Amino acid sequence: MDADVVIIGGGLMGSSTALHLAMADQRVIVLEKDSPGRHASGVNAGGLRQLNRHPAEIPLAVVAAEMWRDIQSLVGSDCDVRLKGQVRVAENEADMHKLEARATLVQSLGFDHEQIIERDRLFQLVPAVAPHCVGGLYTAGDGFARPYHALTAFRHKAESLGVVYRTGCRVTALDRVGGDWRVVTEQSRVEAPILVNCAGAWADKVCTDLGEPVPLEVGAPMMMVTERLPHFLDLVVGAASRKLSFKQMQNGTVLIGGAHLAAHDMAQEATDINFAKLSESSRTVLALFPRMAQVRIVRTWAGLEAFMPDRIPVIGPSAKVPNVFHAFGFSAHGFQLSPVVGRIMAQLILGQKSEIAIEPFAIQRFQVADDMQSSERVRAIAS
Amino acid sequence: MPKSYALVVIGAGPGGLCAATTAANWGLEVVVLDEQPAPGGQIYRAIAQSPPDRSALLGTDYQHGAELVQAFQASGAQYWPETSVWSLNAQRQIGILRQGQASLIQAKRVIVASGAMERPVPFPGWTLPGVMNAGAAQILLKSAGVVPADGTVIAGVGPLPLLVAWQYLRAGVGVKAILELSPLRNLWRAVPYLPGALGAGDYLQRGLKYTLDLVRGRVPIHYGVSHLQALGTDRIEAVSYGCDILGVQRRKTVTTDSLLVHFGVIPRTNLTQAVGCQHIWDRGQQCWRSQLDRWGNTTVPGIAVVGDSAGIGGARSAEHSGRLAALEAARSLGIMSAEERDRQAHNDLNWMKRDLQVRPFLEALYRLPDSLLIPADDSTLVCRCEEITAGQIRAAVRHGHTDPNRVKFYLRCGMGPCQGRQCAPTVAHVVAAEHKCPVSEFQPFRVRPPIRPLSINQLAHLKDV
Repeated sequence: MDADVVIIGGGLMGSSTALHLAMADQRVIVLEKDSPGRHASGVNAGGLRQLNRHPAEIPLAVVAAEMWRDIQSLVGSDCDVRLKGQVRVAENEADMHKLEARATLVQSLGFDHEQIIERDRLFQLVPAVAPHCVGGLYTAGDGFARPYHALTAFRHKAESLGVVYRTGCRVTALDRVGGDWRVVTEQSRVEAPILVNCAGAWADKVCTDLGEPVPLEVGAPMMMVTERLPHFLDLVVGAASRKLSFKQMQNGTVLIGGAHLAAHDMAQEATDINFAKLSESSRTVLALFPRMAQVRIVRTWAGLEAFMPDRIPVIGPSAKVPNVFHAFGFSAHGFQLSPVVGRIMAQLILGQKSEIAIEPFAIQRFQVADDMQSSERVRAIAS
Repeated sequence: MPKSYALVVIGAGPGGLCAATTAANWGLEVVVLDEQPAPGGQIYRAIAQSPPDRSALLGTDYQHGAELVQAFQASGAQYWPETSVWSLNAQRQIGILRQGQASLIQAKRVIVASGAMERPVPFPGWTLPGVMNAGAAQILLKSAGVVPADGTVIAGVGPLPLLVAWQYLRAGVGVKAILELSPLRNLWRAVPYLPGALGAGDYLQRGLKYTLDLVRGRVPIHYGVSHLQALGTDRIEAVSYGCDILGVQRRKTVTTDSLLVHFGVIPRTNLTQAVGCQHIWDRGQQCWRSQLDRWGNTTVPGIAVVGDSAGIGGARSAEHSGRLAALEAARSLGIMSAEERDRQAHNDLNWMKRDLQVRPFLEALYRLPDSLLIPADDSTLVCRCEEITAGQIRAAVRHGHTDPNRVKFYLRCGMGPCQGRQCAPTVAHVVAAEHKCPVSEFQPFRVRPPIRPLSINQLAHLKDV
């Protein structure tokens, strides 16, 4: 036995899980095929958003928001967090009705962080937004951080508590040896009683090896960043009926996302920017921030992320094999959840009860149909 | 869908012109994309427009370009001037900007002939106004006849400082000093390559001629100079340097409001890096270049690189490599057989080999010492766009960001408008030095499109042509 827990994937979920386990005196080895943060964890948009979460994710996001407010005490760095709020802008009455319905839904679930704001308040908060906008849905405690800095902080804190990262270690095989899991990599092998799958866009390979395949799809959300501009925006701005995430970073650059996907090649682990789609993003920016017309885009990129069909993650124990725990499939909005997911994973691994209900994220939800299908097949063969 | 062309050539220097001319003469539909308003590239910049007296001043080498341009114009290749390329991918889709209009075009074959760039070497004070690259200064002379008003100091390595000084001398510009920064020991290291170099045309004779003319013109030339520093507060006021005189290090200062520097040239690889082509570290040339076969094919199908963008070989060698890649394009598009290509390529392959014989000598003679490649002073700025110093990079490496791409992620160096063109080699050298291992252990920065900035408005109005 080399450790108490072996984690596949050195991104934010793996690092946060490792950190929380190390805080409970567990010996942890993290296996990372590249370097930590090479894909989704390092290159995402860094949004800290409770706003517009899937209802199942709201309890997680609310607790995570509290953790980000005091992230310094968890990881010893402020991760460049800025919490000036996020807003989804309504451009017309139809948008406004949509946002009002959303606010009502969130309230009915017992939460009050999503607040309708009228036109005047919107222009107070976002003076640069286009004059046709009529209001918005606003969460004051939201904001953003710098993903690679956050990842580095989680990793360093975890390492300071004894977590061992093995980078450049791609997993090639998983075996059961006695009561332990043996993880074979290109470089070495690691044996530990507990295995954690935080392999992001590669998590389905681990699941397949374990005999519980999942319908994970890989996507590569595109982003673009502009040259530096004088400060003009505090909030993160989205839109009720357009694909947009728009924020000005600490250094003055504007980061533009919109969930448009790049082409990708999993064999090469490469992405290919789709400029026709980014052209659409640019038109959205022009519509909502006309002052951006002459601003220069200096870089575009895309990172490989895991999407689940229902766009919420898998969090929890394996349904098929013992001592395996999953956290993957965050569908391009996992960054904000990472502190609380790591804490919950540690609770599950240590045999405690999760502080928040995680039933909606059970891996079984993708297995029921399969099992029914196979039992139907068995019946069909039998008859 | 974007309009598709058989062959798109990027760049109209000697390599691009010869590639386009050859391919068009074999009947291919060729489009040449050129950032400049007229063909010729950097070496033959504005050759077609240059007044005769300026051409005479620039020498006969420069006039050879006129012949290349004439052949190109007669070939029937389409020429798109003032067209910049901001994206190229492995599917050979090309993002271009022409007269303010951004668009996408498609190519069956692409020949990258984007030339060389001056090797960025940060030294204390290099960002002060008044410090300029000698190549950029030469462009001002070639295209606009602009020269430093009150004289200048020229510092660096390689033949270009000599050539620029010689051209200035003929133009009546005061050259206060030439500071040669390649170490004196390079002379001995270059000697074994001398016989080969002598067989490669008149490179050395011309270098000698420039030097003799400069000595006759009473331009002070100092060899074995080190510790270059530009001094000044708001702009450069003086240059200070170390000089080894009979084994004794002396510190000297020259008052000047202009310093031109040049540390050799390296291939422009940002396009092929953005495509995802494999690049290798060239130890002789101290730079990355695309991994190529003899026809200039990269590791990505349908994309070739020629001329200095494939590895520094000079203008004549660029012509040969351009023709070779064009023949290969014609073969791959079914215009000629492999046997025909080989027959046509015979002379170019031979001449290129002969021409390149001078390179090992020049590379040894003008090899940059570590003291220039790795800024010793922690406060020296390495990434100008994001204002990152050598000290910050060293600290990042010690902090666990152990390769250039992770340093980039962490510090944002190489993420500004120049996309790391200026800092990539230095970051790699600093990182390698921290690890005490060769630069070849590392991959260059991953380059993300657009490789030159595009406005939101331009991208919003993107069209397929």
